[in-house]
Amino acid sequence: MPKDFKTLMLTVAAPATAVVFALLFSSLVLLLAGSNPIDAFADMLEYGTRLEVMVDILNRAVPLYISGIAAAVGFRMNLFNIGVEGQYSMGAFFAAAAGGAIVLPGFLHLLFILVVAMVVGALWAGLAGWLKVARGVNEVISTIMLNFIALGGVIAALIVPWRDGEGSLNSGTKLIEDSGLLPDLNWLLEIFTRDIGKSRELSGALVLAVLVGIFYHLLINRSRLGFDLRASGMNPMAAKAGGVPPKQMVMLAMVVSGAIAGLVGMVDILSRAGRYDNNFTPGLGFAGIAVALLGRNHAVGVAFSALLFAFLSASSSILQITGSASPEIVVIMQGIILLVAVIAYEFVNRIKEREVTRLASLAVEGADA
Amino acid sequence: MRNKWKLLLALLAIFSLVAAACGDDDDDTSTGDDSGETETDEGGEEEGAEDEAPEEEGDMEEEGDMEEEDSEGESEGDMEEEATGEGLGEGFNVGLTFDLLGRGDQSFNDSAAAGIDRAKEDFGVNVSEITPVDASARGTDLQLQAENADLVIGVGFSFAADAATVAAENPDVKFAIIDDSMMDFDAGEPIAPNAAGLVFSEEQGSYLVGVAAALKTTTNKVGFIGGMAGIGLIEKFEAGFEAGAKSINPDIEIVSQYITEFPDFAGFEAPDRAKEIASAMYEEGADIIYAAAGLSGSGMFQAAAETTEATGTKVWGIGVDSDQYLTVDPAVQEYVLTSMLKRVDNAVYLVTEAVANGTFVAGETRYDLASGGVGYSTSGGFIDDITDQIDAAADDIISGAVEVPTTPGG
Repeated sequence: MPKDFKTLMLTVAAPATAVVFALLFSSLVLLLAGSNPIDAFADMLEYGTRLEVMVDILNRAVPLYISGIAAAVGFRMNLFNIGVEGQYSMGAFFAAAAGGAIVLPGFLHLLFILVVAMVVGALWAGLAGWLKVARGVNEVISTIMLNFIALGGVIAALIVPWRDGEGSLNSGTKLIEDSGLLPDLNWLLEIFTRDIGKSRELSGALVLAVLVGIFYHLLINRSRLGFDLRASGMNPMAAKAGGVPPKQMVMLAMVVSGAIAGLVGMVDILSRAGRYDNNFTPGLGFAGIAVALLGRNHAVGVAFSALLFAFLSASSSILQITGSASPEIVVIMQGIILLVAVIAYEFVNRIKEREVTRLASLAVEGADA
Repeated sequence: MRNKWKLLLALLAIFSLVAAACGDDDDDTSTGDDSGETETDEGGEEEGAEDEAPEEEGDMEEEGDMEEEDSEGESEGDMEEEATGEGLGEGFNVGLTFDLLGRGDQSFNDSAAAGIDRAKEDFGVNVSEITPVDASARGTDLQLQAENADLVIGVGFSFAADAATVAAENPDVKFAIIDDSMMDFDAGEPIAPNAAGLVFSEEQGSYLVGVAAALKTTTNKVGFIGGMAGIGLIEKFEAGFEAGAKSINPDIEIVSQYITEFPDFAGFEAPDRAKEIASAMYEEGADIIYAAAGLSGSGMFQAAAETTEATGTKVWGIGVDSDQYLTVDPAVQEYVLTSMLKRVDNAVYLVTEAVANGTFVAGETRYDLASGGVGYSTSGGFIDDITDQIDAAADDIISGAVEVPTTPGG
């Protein structure tokens, strides 16, 4: 199918262009800074293809992916959910607190923690959704405010009783029993490759990410509900005329987005620390917005962009060790990739639109003749 | 028109393939490039010698100029483990892992950087530095450092949890964490036999700058800005400052504000927010403010400069960790009354020396006023007239006549 192939090429061309431009620009920056770009990129590639580092990259990509999908649910509905940041922090904190407080037999414990995370994330997002539906508050404003309230207000106030003893400054919730933690996937790696090195484990959250991706794809592209969501997002009035209540759709999109966001912190609390502590990773919510943008809100596209961002972040360490480039170059690359991607997507959209117009006019001419 | 775009895209696609191929080719070429400030020489022959036969060496306590003072606190003394193993001599590898901002924060990390720079000169160690890209990179960065280094230093208490894990996985590598005791207090022993915790009595140094503030204020009102409340670390600074100021003038008014609450670490890197808070405090009549907030402190000095220019009355800021007179923007230098020195540089230097001499001690090592671990700076000469009184207060603390509280309001 040449036409499908062309569409695919166009779709892939935009992010590829973005990456190429990022390579070019960052080479320029590296040259200006007096570093050798070839050395730097070689270091990054060599490091990024070690098995241990690939495990790190996967572990890093998982929360980015889930966060990206959470943002994408909103974007598909034309909702700009900036609040993934607060939603995943709240979800992780309450899940860690609840999971540490009780012990359930086996798998139920883990399931309970995941459900708490999703429910809390959904409630926190639902608050913003309700404000929009009931009071007409723009979701961008309300979710930003709720981010501050989540971290600086609710969590800060509730975490106080868990402070560690004198002399230790690490403060976090009670450790979750092993039954509540995600099992690692090292056995999976060992089937295909070899034993992986010290203190690394492939987080079981990878399975969560895959499930979230499949759920997202089915919901948006294969279900009636997803169709309603997208329709309402494109044109709420038209959708309403077609029997799709816009307010319900807003609420639904926010709640689903928040529930997915609740799972973002699971790598941290269920694979790494076993609790919510001061090493909990902030900023994943905002990173998710970028990842979703680059991945075009597509289940597979977001996976690629999450892996790319994870690879770039992980490269920061090796660049510092070898000294072949300033580690800030990875942030520059991430920025350029995003910027160029946004421009390139717009480009591709125009080309596609022009194609549609041309085909339409051809069809009209054909009818006339 | 369309064909032009097609051509462009095709060219880009080709280029991307070529670029990717280039990257692959370079994969196996040498990447040892000395252009950066970091080095990763393999250090070589010493590596095998370390730690193989741990032996008790009682006389090691005498080594190093601060070593004998370390067990100041009565209860700490018995927690110290005897040093084990042989010294690595010169030229071993040190992996210095900074907290999130890395070099250039004019405060905490720069102090650690100064210490390692000194150690580099004196012991010829090879240093590789990493600043984690985000919080989740701390563990992997420590592990990455441990693969090449004989001593891995984590600058900041946030490394404590990861360091405990990584230290257990790498028993041949020594670890040192700043600002965490690395002690299991329930068991009364170090968390790991190869992990040292370097902690400071910040309240004692803060007491001294509190004395300075109380002696220098003309409005009888001083301020305190903390980076992040809620974990008891910055509260130690506040408590000492408050006690010091009140020791001079029991009626002095102290306004205190924290930029963020745990778990929001943004307070340590928010000069803009520190500036707003400081401006408000100056406006309310405080004329000296002490900021214990890492990089954010620079905002306070800006606020001091602006307030002084706007009102014509001179107001001051007090720096923290490093001698900030030397690290701030020269334009605001004249507003740095003094700085509370937290000698992270000494701690970093001494732990490197300890590994070189084989006197490394696991668990808590405390740096206090008596051992020169904390203090105050006189750069700029703004407090030259009152150093006698400050030094008298210091003597009282060292002799035990004054005990400085570690929680505010005490």
